[in-house]
Amino acid sequence: MAQMNLLEAIRQGMDEEMEHDPRVFITGEDVGPRGGVFRVTQGLFEKYGPTRIIDSPLAELSIVGVGIGAALADLRPICEIQFADFIHPAMNQIMNEAARMYYRSGGTWTVPMVIRAPYGGGVGGGLYHSQSVEAFFAHTPGLKVIIPSTPYDAKGLIKSAIRDPNPVLFFETKKGYRLIKGDVPEGEYTVPIGEARVAREGSDLTVYSYGMMAHYAMQAAERVSQTDGIEAEVVDLRTLLPLDTKTVLESFKKTGKALIVHEDNLTMGFGAEIAAILASDGFEYMDAPIQRLCAPDIPGVPFSHPMQDYFMLNPTKIADAIRDLAAY
Amino acid sequence: MAKNTTDKVRNGRATPTSRPSDSLTKDTLLEMYWKMLLSRRVDERAWMIHRQGKIVFHISAIGQEAIQVAAAYTIHLGVDYIVPYYRDLALVLCAGVTPEDFMISLYGKEGELSSLARQMPSHFGAKPFNIVSTSAPVATQVVHAAGMAFAIKYRIQNELQDPNDRTQPRLAVTSLGEGSTSQGEWHEAMNWAGVHQLPFICIVQNNHYAISVPVDKQMAVPNVADRAAAYGVEGIIVDGNDVLACYDVMHYAVQKAYRGDGPTLIEAKTYRMTPHSSDDDDRTYRERSEVDAWRDKDPLLRLANHLKAQGLLTDAVIEGYDKRARKIVDEAQRAAEERPYPPGESAIAPVYAEAN
Ligand SMILES: Cc1ncc(C[n+]2csc(CCOP(=O)(O)OP(=O)(O)O)c2C)c(N)n1
Ligand SMILES: [Mg+2]
Repeated sequence: MAQMNLLEAIRQGMDEEMEHDPRVFITGEDVGPRGGVFRVTQGLFEKYGPTRIIDSPLAELSIVGVGIGAALADLRPICEIQFADFIHPAMNQIMNEAARMYYRSGGTWTVPMVIRAPYGGGVGGGLYHSQSVEAFFAHTPGLKVIIPSTPYDAKGLIKSAIRDPNPVLFFETKKGYRLIKGDVPEGEYTVPIGEARVAREGSDLTVYSYGMMAHYAMQAAERVSQTDGIEAEVVDLRTLLPLDTKTVLESFKKTGKALIVHEDNLTMGFGAEIAAILASDGFEYMDAPIQRLCAPDIPGVPFSHPMQDYFMLNPTKIADAIRDLAAY
Repeated sequence: MAKNTTDKVRNGRATPTSRPSDSLTKDTLLEMYWKMLLSRRVDERAWMIHRQGKIVFHISAIGQEAIQVAAAYTIHLGVDYIVPYYRDLALVLCAGVTPEDFMISLYGKEGELSSLARQMPSHFGAKPFNIVSTSAPVATQVVHAAGMAFAIKYRIQNELQDPNDRTQPRLAVTSLGEGSTSQGEWHEAMNWAGVHQLPFICIVQNNHYAISVPVDKQMAVPNVADRAAAYGVEGIIVDGNDVLACYDVMHYAVQKAYRGDGPTLIEAKTYRMTPHSSDDDDRTYRERSEVDAWRDKDPLLRLANHLKAQGLLTDAVIEGYDKRARKIVDEAQRAAEERPYPPGESAIAPVYAEAN
């Protein structure tokens, strides 16, 4: 098995899908000869040429809108938004068009497309190169929302996303692009959309997370296991919409304590939904108040280092929250 | 590659020497007249039943039928992609939607064609005829049309489609109002169409108002077509109430798209003879004299006069058409009224497509 980082796994997944389905193409800003500003599409232009790796105009609305049209015409677009922070000009197309197309056409017109965007902070990106935007989309029926935290899942899920007949938002932790490494099998496999993964078994409490924070949650769980003998279960949600409530509740039944971790800010973040599900459907298992560890409710990740560090979660902060909850 | 527009602005003539409409047969001309008339009668009935309190909303195509019917008679119906807007009743009726389908949408009855009655009326869409489902936020559909045209070019370039295969879509045609061209969506779609020289036709039905707001508050240039050059798209202005002139320019744009020679913007200057919708009162912003002046330019009347002058149509034939239309509309209305409403719980329908 090959070791690779997160972005290489995403690239390999797209490459394999492009190889076996000529309808799959990639468009976005700088995705061509430049290989994307993060190099996710590196080498694909050389392999597939300008008819399938298409540098778009600098215009997110139409990157998505043209992608929708292409999908309606039975192609399989992968639309790259350079940073999740710049997805907002395409909001109308995603929310009003892609998400609603299937329902509003009585199930006749489908939009099989993937919208990829790097998200998240901790990289000195300030307010506009650090955002977590998943909650907007996870609130919108008709979309699917995926945030992988391991190279294995990233490859398997991007392949599932490309094959899915619905519009899929695929958010990639830019901090984890090269930092997160793992084993990725050669060749064909997929990871199903809509299934969470118990990334670590434990009996004392459950940490629910996704993306970069799931990666950190694993580190924190190992640490508290060694230093405090606390065994935290880690549930990596992987798909936010549709959410795997079964796995979420099963883990809660086992541990009775929940710590929900995301780097998006607290209020109306995705953690609120997990908390609500646990409170309503897992009330009888509950041994402690449900905890959320999230970014503060300020408009973005500040640039200057101390403020960025203050904003961002890390394994130490998560480990502290695990200890507090375990002690309840 | 980019084509200049303003020096090519033509008033209804695709070329100065021959007009494609010259070769329309009597049968086709009468059929086009019939389609315009049928759309008009369906539309008038919608206003009537709205006044009777039987339906809650109608938005009208009256006055704008000519360019729509011209579009329908120049593209490959059922095969080419149609991405309409809410005034395209005449276009969709030509493309396969029936008066009964439309009546069912007005009443929001079970099994409604475009959306199973989830959408308001006139949010057209019909997969069997390659009419894309459309929404309410204006101009969003123009980007989809660019994307569909892009898909055609993509398939040809990547050898997934033979450019001369007439069983495949060879162009995408979309329409919108002049006010909606203020939206970023329109500009971005035009830009893609220009950059990739797509088989894309954008019909702007310039009826001079966006609800109450006149064109000069919408843009600083006199014509929408003037803007086309900025995107490398050919812009053409046509008298939108002259169906034969509309046919000429549409024919030109369609053949150009089929040849792979790029996109066209057609600005059809026209007028909506009704309020914006059944919720509007146009007396608050339009002089009656203006509306009356346009009544003389009614595209249906003009075609009738033209065909009569050519000896192709008589009042007796028109009367026959009217009778036939009334029967069709009566039956459509009755069928819609007799049809059940969808059960409330049918709102909970699949939101996601299943992989097949
Ligand atoms: C994004 C958006 N804003 C506002 C509206 C409300 N609205 C519906 S039609 C319309 C006017 C459109 O005018 P125009 O584009 O000229 O088309 P016309 O109705 O005249 O054919 C407005 C403001 C809307 N549907 N979508
Ligand atoms: Mg208008």
